[in-house]
Amino acid sequence: MTMLQDNQFSLVESVPGQVMRILSLPRNDLFYYHFIRLGIHEGQVVTCYEKLPGGTIVLRKNRQYVAVGHTLAQQIVVVLNNEGALHGQEPHALQ
Amino acid sequence: MGKSLTHFNKHRHPELTFFNDRVEQTTVVLAGNPNVGKSLLFNRMSGVYVDVSNYPGTTVQVTRGVFGQYNIFDTPGIYGVSSFNDEESVARDIILEADVILNVVDATHLERDIFLTQQLIDTGKKVTVLLNFMDEVKKHGITIDIPRLSHFLGVEVVPIIAVKNDNTEKLQRAIERAREGVQRQELHTRLHAMLDRVGSQAEALLVLEGDEVIAKRHGVQPEATREEIYIERRNRVNYIVDHVLSDQQKTNRFSEVLGKLSLHPATGIPLLAVVLYVVYLFVGKLIAQDLVGFTEGELGQNIWGPWVRGVVHSFVPSSSWLSVLLVGEFGVITMTTTYLLFLLLPLVAAFYTALSILEDSGYLPRLATMVDRSLTGLGLNGRAVIPIILGFGCVTSATITTRLLGTEREKTIATTILQFAIPCSAQLAVIAALLAGAGFLPMLIYTLVIAGVFLLIGTVLNRVLPGSSTPLLLDLPPMRLPKAGNVMQKTAIRTWQFMKEASGWFFVGALAVGVAQLTGALRLATQALVPLTTHWLQLPEEAATAFIMGVVRRDFGAAGLYTLALEPLQTTVALIVITLFVPCIAALIVMMKERGIREGVSIWVGTWIAAFVVGGIVSHIVL
Repeated sequence: MTMLQDNQFSLVESVPGQVMRILSLPRNDLFYYHFIRLGIHEGQVVTCYEKLPGGTIVLRKNRQYVAVGHTLAQQIVVVLNNEGALHGQEPHALQ
Repeated sequence: MGKSLTHFNKHRHPELTFFNDRVEQTTVVLAGNPNVGKSLLFNRMSGVYVDVSNYPGTTVQVTRGVFGQYNIFDTPGIYGVSSFNDEESVARDIILEADVILNVVDATHLERDIFLTQQLIDTGKKVTVLLNFMDEVKKHGITIDIPRLSHFLGVEVVPIIAVKNDNTEKLQRAIERAREGVQRQELHTRLHAMLDRVGSQAEALLVLEGDEVIAKRHGVQPEATREEIYIERRNRVNYIVDHVLSDQQKTNRFSEVLGKLSLHPATGIPLLAVVLYVVYLFVGKLIAQDLVGFTEGELGQNIWGPWVRGVVHSFVPSSSWLSVLLVGEFGVITMTTTYLLFLLLPLVAAFYTALSILEDSGYLPRLATMVDRSLTGLGLNGRAVIPIILGFGCVTSATITTRLLGTEREKTIATTILQFAIPCSAQLAVIAALLAGAGFLPMLIYTLVIAGVFLLIGTVLNRVLPGSSTPLLLDLPPMRLPKAGNVMQKTAIRTWQFMKEASGWFFVGALAVGVAQLTGALRLATQALVPLTTHWLQLPEEAATAFIMGVVRRDFGAAGLYTLALEPLQTTVALIVITLFVPCIAALIVMMKERGIREGVSIWVGTWIAAFVVGGIVSHIVL
């Protein structure tokens, strides 16, 4: 497990409405590449749209909603995005 | 911005144009992300019907049709070309064979969909992008600079509205104008280097992306450059989207609110209860009681039965064996038609209507998300809700849909649950009709027992099978108002397919039971089963006939119970047995194909044991 720095936290700890930047994704082929395909990868800004009891997180990025299971969300490291993108609208950070 | 177009060096092979090919051999493949309208376009182009629904995994097979002089193929919805799951493997192989790819893109999800577009372009195939949902683009305040998008991609981009029926000429032109698109120069150089080793650019790309299946086919090692290629592609896609899309973020308030309400258990569970209650009112009350009361009672028993017996008896003496076989208690004419036309047809049509509405609304993926955590205890994740719900339509086709699950372990668990504890639409409709007449307590006991078996099977298999469940990662489609035309078409075609498949089996079943009755074999079998039926299950002797009929098809067996005079709690016991009983022959064959003969036969034998053990235990508690 990656050691988290002060302002970093696991996606599973996010709360609805928080706008976050993704710092790292689990390096599991099945999920890592799927996240990239969906446009939800390291450096991207997403919003926690819903958090369900048990820890399933629904992320929102622009018009896209993606449900992330509890154990997967635990392995995703995020940081609050202070640049304040509204509605998951973000600059394309990795250009 | 910061980067000019030259960053993406254009590279094409202009000498390879469409018209150099012989059109009669052209293979056109429709490819795209899930829920972008591929199957609908395929239906319109080829006239061949393929199920269209609003959730990922509707199409798990390739379907072929003809559009003008072209062979056209529909493929499963995919987010990328690779070998990560069954859908991708199926789509990958047909894409590798394609002469032209029509890439259907959801214009409201450009950022997600263009990733696949760029990957298809990187295969070196001729591509045209069909930009679907242009009506929604306007409604949502999205603007897309189509000429610029086409310029970036290097291929034709054709705006369409798939639900409208006027796309034929556009699609014809789209195929004719398909061409190779723009690749990054660096990737292109690598592809050329790999070409010598594998034969085609598309396969070269997959080997560079570390695809083990394709690498093995050519006896080469998969390269370790997938991550680099994916990130470069994603960056390029983001760059393109940044420069062609402006979005005012207008949303459909109603669909947004409904989507959110259906996600969280606090609101989602009451919403699910309302949905189930409405389905029950429609199928269980309106159709199963009122309409079937009329069709089965009035039309079947009072009008059709006496009439057909009169006609047959004018040719055949009523005491003859032929009369018994044709219009007797289990007569192939009387029983088959009564069960199929007057009992099952209205029930199945009603059930498929309800299921189609649920499928098209986008509700199922949200339900999958809501129940995700609860299903981890059964070794599954939320995605498993989709085959399970579809199992209530037809267990056979739902068994095929288990392919959308991530691991073999999950497929085994979901298939076992489907075969044991999920009654198909025809069976469920009869069950609903019988339980509605039996009262609240029998209904409650039945529901609790079947739900208990469902949970027990999942929990036990989760403990016994090695490995653990994979987490959920699910793209949620937008909530959409189902289109009446699609719902009606889907219902009509599924009902027709049910009738076509069931009628032969019902005929054979009725004939077999009729012959058994004439030869005395039915009496012997019924008597042999007495210890089981009357002592262990505490049901009348004749219930054995329904169980024997149930071996052919479970719904045939359930229909057999319909005509028995059972006490309310006896009804519960009989229905529990027939629900858990052996899957129909079609389901057994598909299960053995999907899961292997050993696993298939084990599940089949397990259903026998579970049906009678659980039925007997319940019987001794409640009767």
